[in-house]
Amino acid sequence: MSVDLATVKRVARLARIAVSEDEAERMVGELNGILGFVEQLSEVDVSGVEPMTSVTPLVMRKRNDQVTDGDKVDDIVANAPETDRNFFLVPKVVE
Amino acid sequence: MTELTSLTIAEAREKLTSKDIQAVELTQAYLDAISAANEALNAYITVTPEKAIEMAKASDQRLAAGKGGALEGIPLGIKDLFATRDVHTQACSHILDGFEPKYESTVTQNLWDDGAVMLGKLNMDEFAMGSSNESSHYGPVINPWRAEGSNQQLVPGGSSGGSAAAVAAHLCAGATATDTGGSIRQPAAFTGTVGIKPTYGRCSRWGTVAFASSLDQAGPIARDVRDAAIMLKSMASVDAKDTTSVDLAVPDYEASLGQSVKGMKIGIPEEYRVDGMPEEIEKLWAQGIAFLKDAGAEIVDITLPHTKYALPAYYIVAPAEASSNLARYDGVRYGLRVDGKDIIDMYEKTRAAGFGKEVKRRIMIGTYVLSAGYYDAYYLQAQKVRTLIKRDFEHVFDAGVDAILTPATPSSAFGVADENLAADPVAMYLNDIFTVTVNMAGLPGIAVPAGLDKKGLPLGLQLIGKPFEEETLFKAAYVIEQAAGRFTPARWW
Repeated sequence: MSVDLATVKRVARLARIAVSEDEAERMVGELNGILGFVEQLSEVDVSGVEPMTSVTPLVMRKRNDQVTDGDKVDDIVANAPETDRNFFLVPKVVE
Repeated sequence: MTELTSLTIAEAREKLTSKDIQAVELTQAYLDAISAANEALNAYITVTPEKAIEMAKASDQRLAAGKGGALEGIPLGIKDLFATRDVHTQACSHILDGFEPKYESTVTQNLWDDGAVMLGKLNMDEFAMGSSNESSHYGPVINPWRAEGSNQQLVPGGSSGGSAAAVAAHLCAGATATDTGGSIRQPAAFTGTVGIKPTYGRCSRWGTVAFASSLDQAGPIARDVRDAAIMLKSMASVDAKDTTSVDLAVPDYEASLGQSVKGMKIGIPEEYRVDGMPEEIEKLWAQGIAFLKDAGAEIVDITLPHTKYALPAYYIVAPAEASSNLARYDGVRYGLRVDGKDIIDMYEKTRAAGFGKEVKRRIMIGTYVLSAGYYDAYYLQAQKVRTLIKRDFEHVFDAGVDAILTPATPSSAFGVADENLAADPVAMYLNDIFTVTVNMAGLPGIAVPAGLDKKGLPLGLQLIGKPFEEETLFKAAYVIEQAAGRFTPARWW
């Protein structure tokens, strides 16, 4: 499988990364190089093989349903580029 | 008197405990060394002298009271991937511009709880994506090693290039690092240092910037095997904040050093004898086999048939997880924001300006392989192949093999801005060919220097162990170190 310019632009859109025409064209070659490299996986017989979900046989540890953290509003917004009181500010999304 | 910065962690620990030296003078010696060297090496991206001296003073007080911790007064460098409270934490990416977390990663907190002193944050490939430390927003790190009779600048490897260079150049006593596909072991091999990637789940991932969550593990880079054992003991823990942190007590790794390897079964996988491997790497490997054999280990030939598929499977799994993990950098909660005409435009411009080339490339690959219609062919197939890779190791361990010996890298350190590697991303990816299988299977792996090539550059061997049997690796690596000696670069900076 390989990608063309239209696919690269579509994927960039999905990934929310603005790409210029030049960048998109360069990426076609680079991505096809990588996809060509991973292509060899298709020759492996995986019939009856379960996909890996965890490298160690883990049972997810659960904790008691108690509040153990919180009251950190100032900390949470401390690094945001734009805030108003305790809110993150974003461009208008609802007309 | 020997230079304070030439002391290993174990040596400094002894002198600090016996009050031959003070933590403040040791810390100051490192700060001076950093001032003198960093312009040339670019290993540190932020130095925290006030914090370091303050921590060292507290260490001196605890030492005076006889209440020193396991790393009391030991000055360490911290990879920029670890969240350090109120201190620069950007994974060496522009997208986290100005980010100073209000929390501390579990791994670094463990070190401070044991009395360690923070010198600053270390350079790395952006979001740990790279094998040469050239994808950093802060520019490449220069390897303290140079080929004999040459002034060419070499890379220290990556992604933990700053960690490896700082340890090799004595700009810290030891450093934290992380390894997703080889990012501890490859730079350790390129700089003549020791690096261990522990079993997945041994070190908490809480507070470490995520790259590929099913592969990422923290570990130390240190000057010798003993220092690596001391550091890992402190870094590892059982952590309720990370559900993949394993509920197993942390052993005293240092106690395994010097124990006999007599009767230990060491597997030599035929699949690691790759085409075009330099003769010197072959020789080094044979030398490593001889070291272990002489110490009484039994050498057996083994086969890991799916080895060649580990790297292609990795380049599906890791970018897929990265594309998901890096979705959080959107200009809203932290870091860079570039304004746009609407919110989507703001996201797209922010991410275009904030991520470097290699990171964009991997996000794009990850987005593609997870997109509708391609998921089964790529991601699901890769995860099935991953099961087969792990099964290969299980068969070998079930047959009685205790550890596996391989070269750590297919070459010694290469030049900065290598044209062939810059033109072909896949050629750069091949650096991890011997290390990536270990991450795919979640196993522990250690890189230990074993010799110099004909250019006078260090080469490393890798030992791979069973899950949570890091002690076996330390034991065997110590044998190699005792036989091969230690390697320090000649100072030119």
